[in-house]
Amino acid sequence: MSQIHITTTINGDETEYLCEADETLLDVLRDHLDMTGSKEGCGTGDCGACSVVVDGRLVCSCLMLAAEAEGRAIETIEGMGQGDQLHPLQQKFLEHAALQCGICTPGILVAAKNLLERNPNPSEEEVRYWLAGNLCRCTGYDKIIRAVMDTAADMRGAA
Amino acid sequence: MYAFDFERPSTLAEAEKALAGEDAQALGGGQTLIPTLKQRLAMPEKLVSLGAIQEIKGVCKGDDGALCVGGGTTHATVAREAAADYPALAALAAHIGDPAVRNRGTIGGSIANNDPAACYPAAVLASGATVVTNKRKIAADDYFKGMFETALDEGEIITEVRFPVPEKASYQKFEQPASRFALVGVFVAKYADGVRVGVTGASEGGVFRWTEAEAALSADFSTGAVEGMARPADGMMSDLHGSAAYRAHLVGVMTRRAVAAAS
Repeated sequence: MSQIHITTTINGDETEYLCEADETLLDVLRDHLDMTGSKEGCGTGDCGACSVVVDGRLVCSCLMLAAEAEGRAIETIEGMGQGDQLHPLQQKFLEHAALQCGICTPGILVAAKNLLERNPNPSEEEVRYWLAGNLCRCTGYDKIIRAVMDTAADMRGAA
Repeated sequence: MYAFDFERPSTLAEAEKALAGEDAQALGGGQTLIPTLKQRLAMPEKLVSLGAIQEIKGVCKGDDGALCVGGGTTHATVAREAAADYPALAALAAHIGDPAVRNRGTIGGSIANNDPAACYPAAVLASGATVVTNKRKIAADDYFKGMFETALDEGEIITEVRFPVPEKASYQKFEQPASRFALVGVFVAKYADGVRVGVTGASEGGVFRWTEAEAALSADFSTGAVEGMARPADGMMSDLHGSAAYRAHLVGVMTRRAVAAAS
């Protein structure tokens, strides 16, 4: 079983990799490309810790085969800040203490960013439903929701 | 996962050829199949991704007025593109799983798998839809054969599902809140020639039509017509989320809610 050659774009950079048929996108990001920001929680699409964006759409990278990424544009948590400049969501998560252990945080940030790009003015209910696929066992979600709502309000103000 | 070969054809003809081999398995969005492979509950020699086949993607209106959904169309796309023509179907798609599942999971994958608690089978059955494959057309009434069982042959590919558009319809789901699968889900569709009621999540036999409710609603489409009606608990699923009697009760409740909400 020969390796598969894939050309894709990750956080704006054209990237090539070789993968096995049975490797997921998450396996390749973490083990081949040293992008360990995306986490493996459950491995079955329940927890959302591996969330990435593929062609503008939120997906669980643990449930997408790496061989399916040919020609796609992938965004991960590593592309969210610009150098030392945190994305407004990342800054608000710090200010609201919207994380404790941090394992779920990259996935939640990626999912929340994707929401705000689609809907700059979400209701609390819309935020909660959008983040339904991202589990956090520490915070009880309240601070996460508040951080996302606060970021949305700030970004609307700045726009 | 065990090692397997992988092909990603870009046409239906190539996919047919790739699936003709021994122990080959079609891959839709992978939201059920990939966890199944990881758990080693399935061990195909070869996976054939349908993800690059453009001709089985998208939503359109057929000459006969039916809404045609390509087998490789994601739930997110159906939620968006079916909203004007068949809002009850679009609403169902919009409430499957979570955003990540809806962006990868496909209608063809869902009904090929035929999970007894999946949402789409209720819509396909209640709409009297036609499942179109690379080989034939299968009426919904002949398609679902019980839990995880369908009329599909080995290597057969769902290319399209054709939904006759009802006058009124609604899908009401009592969610299992962790998975957002249906603990019980009922799709009610009112057509000029009668009402069809599809029930998912409830029966050990998978999705089914509740014919007694259909007869009552065809005579009088109102919640009153099905007031007090319930299914017997015999043959209902029972697990930690709900007993057979509880599910049987919910079938009546969700049917009445669907009738009340139908538009």
